Amino acid sequence: MFARVVRDPIDPASVLRRVGADEDGAALLFLGVVRNHNEDRPVGGMRYDAYEEMAVGVLTEIVREAAAILETDRVAVVHRVGELTVGEVSVAVAVSSPHRAEAYEASRYVIEEIKKRLPVWKKERYIDGAEAWVAGTRPVARPR
Amino acid sequence: MEIRTLFFASYRELLGTEELRLDLPRGATVSDLVATLRSRGGAFTVLPSDPAVAVNRSYADRQALLSDGDEVALIPPVAGG
Repeated sequence: MFARVVRDPIDPASVLRRVGADEDGAALLFLGVVRNHNEDRPVGGMRYDAYEEMAVGVLTEIVREAAAILETDRVAVVHRVGELTVGEVSVAVAVSSPHRAEAYEASRYVIEEIKKRLPVWKKERYIDGAEAWVAGTRPVARPR
Repeated sequence: MEIRTLFFASYRELLGTEELRLDLPRGATVSDLVATLRSRGGAFTVLPSDPAVAVNRSYADRQALLSDGDEVALIPPVAGG
């Protein structure tokens, strides 16, 4: 299991290399990427802010929960913060498991939980020079 | 007791600060801390009355009791990924 919040660009291949085993028939890599528009408005870049000391802990919790779905410990997540431009990777999720169903389920779980409760915020920078915080979700702790 | 209070993203910009040390009476809850902040006037009154909050880096509810030295963060709606 591997969970990190980083400032430098993410190398997706290196995240994928953190999972995989001889008994695994499925390895899956999901990338979240900064896109060039929101609704109809052209976007030039995005600034990601985080409560880093907490985000690492929440990401680690999410990874543990995904490992329970996978029934393996082969899950790795890296989330980037700071200034990103269009096309750059903001988050990479890698999982592997003997069969694909669990891999797809765990991968999807990780990204959906990140959106629900990771203390990270993003500010869109529009081509016209304006900027705005992206409307988010009120976070909820996972019931224990 | 002293509580270290942290603000992020839109809250940080709204208040023009990322951290405040608050002195609260013993037995104060998250809810009391938020009320104390809002009573400072100015931009503080724009804070939501029931924001999401983390105490010592875990989400906590508004009834949570605070202790001296706690780190309390007001968490705007999150938008990771």
